[in-house]
Amino acid sequence: MDEPFQPVIVGFLCNWCSYRAADLAGTARIHYAPTMRPIRVMCTARIEPEFVLKALREGADGVMIAGCHPGECHYVEGNIKALRRFKLLKLLLRQLGVEDERVQLVWAAASEGKQLAEAVDRMTEQIRPLGPLRWKQTVLAAAEVGG
Amino acid sequence: MSKLKFAMYWAASCGGCEISLLNIGEDILAVDAAFDIVFWPCAADFKYKDVQGYPDGYIDLCLFNGAIRNSENEEMAHLLRRKSKTLVAFGSCAYEGCIPGLSNLTTKAATLRAAYSDSYSGDESRTVLPQPVTQVPEGELHIPLFYETVRALDQVVPVDYIMPGCPPESHQIAAVVKAIISGAELPKPGGTVIGAGQVAVCEECPLAKNVKQITRFYRPYELVPEPGLCLLEQGLLCMGPATRSGCGALCPRVNMRCEGCYGPLDGQDQGARILSAVASVVNVGKAGEGEAEMEAAIEAAMETLADPAGTFYRFSMAHSLLQRTRF
Repeated sequence: MDEPFQPVIVGFLCNWCSYRAADLAGTARIHYAPTMRPIRVMCTARIEPEFVLKALREGADGVMIAGCHPGECHYVEGNIKALRRFKLLKLLLRQLGVEDERVQLVWAAASEGKQLAEAVDRMTEQIRPLGPLRWKQTVLAAAEVGG
Repeated sequence: MSKLKFAMYWAASCGGCEISLLNIGEDILAVDAAFDIVFWPCAADFKYKDVQGYPDGYIDLCLFNGAIRNSENEEMAHLLRRKSKTLVAFGSCAYEGCIPGLSNLTTKAATLRAAYSDSYSGDESRTVLPQPVTQVPEGELHIPLFYETVRALDQVVPVDYIMPGCPPESHQIAAVVKAIISGAELPKPGGTVIGAGQVAVCEECPLAKNVKQITRFYRPYELVPEPGLCLLEQGLLCMGPATRSGCGALCPRVNMRCEGCYGPLDGQDQGARILSAVASVVNVGKAGEGEAEMEAAIEAAMETLADPAGTFYRFSMAHSLLQRTRF
């Protein structure tokens, strides 16, 4: 039987909550999909829309942005700034033909290792039926040969 | 000493770049004095075969405007690259796709349908789509192949310099041309931007900027802006924060939002940058409100933005990170 498609999910996790949640998921030995590649940023507000677009362009099948719950941001309202960008980014990505499931915003507090693991599992299952994105090999390669 | 050889070519463009070059006023006489025109379809009668006959590197300065939309554009890009010592991507189309590049938000089939079938002036019963090859009694006729994706010049051949703008401002063109004529040293080539600034349009814009908190966006026809006040603050989607300076903030000075024609600053994605700027002015409601109310307030404001992709990437779609929509 063929291996099920394992999407590549780039995860941008905030230092104060979600990265610690991922750490906790590890130390608690929670089993979850090995699809997310975590990148630690100080705050979700640090994540520029360019990071997400670049991840999708360079081969990610999905991008997870994870931060503190609203009201719990270490920098007071960094996550609210991220939320505003995220909402607008979704509108843009829809126009560019990127499905909603591929880019998700998740709140996970430092104690919520389980919730973060579940979010990765859930996102993996949602992306799986969509298949690989392969932006460079499909969309950009077709443009290169004058297609 | 023989004169320098000058060429200008239009690919997928509107012809505005030619006008802006002629618009440099009496400096055009200095251009004529310094250069021999060896190819310029808009102004002089040279044929493709003339260019093909020139030795490689014969043309000293070639201003190439227009995006790469079809096989003829691409062929000319390769030909002029070979024949030119210095190739300049002149204007927004050659630099980043510009208005032709907006069709990267749809497909070739849809673009042709809109142009030949669905247009109000067309007779649907007689729709004929362009065919690359047509049989006629005398033989086969060929026309250029229309591509699925619009590309910028530097996505097809290496360019030496880039002059942004839709069109480039005449005073910027005049300064660059004079520098070339005087033999002044230009910046190192290799896709270097010349004839433009290194900061955002906002830096040149005289409008007063305060803290911005808006609950909805307006399209230009929906609002007469208050004079002297930042347009983004008033809910008009001004591209100033994400756009390269060089124009002197011409549009905001007359209460028209910046549309972003000078493209992004070095190393930036214009759409992503303006997205950040726009998101940051949206009001999230009163402090202490619940998450649901906050999300609703954000969504309501975003909903008043018609066509985010087409607005944010109005000029830079073909040169953006994702380049086109999936199809």
